[in-house]
Amino acid sequence: MTMANDFRGEPKEFAVVIPVPTVITRGQIHVADKALIDHLDAYSSPRLVEYFDEDPCRVMMYDRSMAPSAMGNAKAAREESRARSLGVTIEARYTVGEYDILILSATQSNGLETWLRENGYTIPPGASYVLGSYIRQNMKFFVAKVNLQEQAKLGFSYLRPIQVAYESPKFMLPIRLGTVNAAGAQELFVYALTRKGRVETTNYRTVKLPSDVDVPIYIREDFAPFYKALFNEQVRKEDMAAVFLEYAWDMNWCDPCAADPLSRDELKKLGVFWLAEENSGGAANAFLTRLHVRYDRAHFPEDLVFQETGDRQNFQARYVLHHAWEGTGDCEAARMYRRNLNERREREAHNVASLTGWKLGEIRKKMNLVANESPGEKKWWELW
Amino acid sequence: MKPRFDPRLYQITALTALLIYGISALHFDVTVARSTLILGVAIGAQALCSRIWGVRFDPRSAAISGLSLCLLLRSNSVVLVLIAAVIAVGSKFVIRWRGKHIFNPTNVAIVALMLFTPRVWVSPGQWGNLAFFAFLIACLGGLVVNRAARSDVTYAFIAAWCALLIGRSLWLGEPMTIPLHRLENGALLLFTFFMISDPRTTPDSRAGRMLFAAMVALGGAYIQFKLFRTNGILWSLAACSLLVPFIDALLPAERYSWNSHGGSPWSVAYSRLLSLSSAPLLRTPSAASTSPKETQRFSIGPHRSSSSATQIGP
Repeated sequence: MTMANDFRGEPKEFAVVIPVPTVITRGQIHVADKALIDHLDAYSSPRLVEYFDEDPCRVMMYDRSMAPSAMGNAKAAREESRARSLGVTIEARYTVGEYDILILSATQSNGLETWLRENGYTIPPGASYVLGSYIRQNMKFFVAKVNLQEQAKLGFSYLRPIQVAYESPKFMLPIRLGTVNAAGAQELFVYALTRKGRVETTNYRTVKLPSDVDVPIYIREDFAPFYKALFNEQVRKEDMAAVFLEYAWDMNWCDPCAADPLSRDELKKLGVFWLAEENSGGAANAFLTRLHVRYDRAHFPEDLVFQETGDRQNFQARYVLHHAWEGTGDCEAARMYRRNLNERREREAHNVASLTGWKLGEIRKKMNLVANESPGEKKWWELW
Repeated sequence: MKPRFDPRLYQITALTALLIYGISALHFDVTVARSTLILGVAIGAQALCSRIWGVRFDPRSAAISGLSLCLLLRSNSVVLVLIAAVIAVGSKFVIRWRGKHIFNPTNVAIVALMLFTPRVWVSPGQWGNLAFFAFLIACLGGLVVNRAARSDVTYAFIAAWCALLIGRSLWLGEPMTIPLHRLENGALLLFTFFMISDPRTTPDSRAGRMLFAAMVALGGAYIQFKLFRTNGILWSLAACSLLVPFIDALLPAERYSWNSHGGSPWSVAYSRLLSLSSAPLLRTPSAASTSPKETQRFSIGPHRSSSSATQIGP
């Protein structure tokens, strides 16, 4: 599991608390290169007619805003006896890269909450209920914060992704701690690299985003706001109760490519351990699924549970631009073409309106639809 | 007494409506063409088996199996789904014990394929959690099981499943929104009202069916929450179905037949209760024919041969 976070505050205020199924040893933790996630993101992101595309062993999580923040710089070494008196056991303590990492287990949620507070973690009110249910399920807590000295030594100005390798039949992602904080909806991207096929959630609907839709040329300049509006609109249409599939593709190729497919070396760094078992010259037998979730407590009451399906059908969120022929020919075919062109542009405007919820009038204005009506062409009523 | 309506016609109508809703509104990963093909192959297999076993051809139960497969089973390979349709229908003729087929046809086909190939899957999340939809499907399903006079197994299962989910959440200190979210699931309702309620594969006695429903729920919860496998209740139903002959031996009662139970479910349930309470716990299969006259006349006892057409129900 690789966790990347787009935390924008002071590094000293950053911390994550993640329930994990087992105690994690030092060798199971690694700090990755941020470029890996950036490449994965570029390769699989929704695209404008530039295209692209197994074993529930690896989930990559790219979290845009989750994380209870740490207040102040707590002492690295806390009295173990105090922890014990609160029913908290520090199972392990590591410094990996720029992170100080603790693996905690606890017997009661109040004790854990108190311990975290005393050690400078800001825990939102109500978190102890959520912590309690994870404690009852014998889960451990992976707690990481930034070691400023190490960070200065390493010279990184940003937070690198943390990787944790573990074996567990629990193919799930705990999101409930992130929903305790009532700061509105959270945005989460899940990248899953699997051997067999597409990954989907079993306790929420997984919905394919609208794709292969013709849109006007101006969207090329406006793609980011267009896609944002499209996603907002789809979330609204599904009543926020769905997980969206943005990309599902065999890692060997893409068509067309938003970015080159990841190399075998990059895949390995992301945890695709099974590559080593296969012929090094052969195809990289890895299937990438990219899921995009906007969640809050009301619509996502339980953690995300996944399953790996046998589905190897490729899917990408792709939007098609058609450049018009701009010749000046005046044959019958050209006149027909121009007539159809106007209809096509109208259709494209409607597509954008229905995908994004934007007003049709504004889209038409941006497309210069009226101005584009081929000048000099006779209207049908110009008979007299 | 001939039934006014065959309960299977209700099932076919309800399942067809669900499939249309699933394909059009929820964009299920199955096309109309593929659904038609699955249905065709299921009914074709039924025709072929009827011929080989020398029984009257009746497409209704095969249509139910085919529709259920369209709703549940997903694969990139159309061949695998068609094999599932053949297994579903074939299992009724081949896997039998004392004139009664062991497995729910759709259930055994799905479980067999999931066991033997990684290329099929079931998407329990495909229905979403829309309350309206849950309500609708529950009503439709309720109608079906009432007509089929085996609502007891459905109610027993849903009671046991609710108790398990709510109990677990209470123990974990989770908010009630979590078990409610798990219960508001289309796949669960489909299982409860259309699959486990299958009167031909559940135990004959009411007490047996209660026991059976509780076992399926327990097994499903174990698979889902201890083994962390998806589709726990489907696996559990297949496993528990193997125990039905033992439950029937332990708690015998008259056999269900589609053609004899079209009347009021209450009268049937009452007569079955009578037969249960008036009999010692361990009875020989032939003793089942001592049940009240009205129902006995139209039922086919477990001692009969398997060549009777009415026994080949879903």
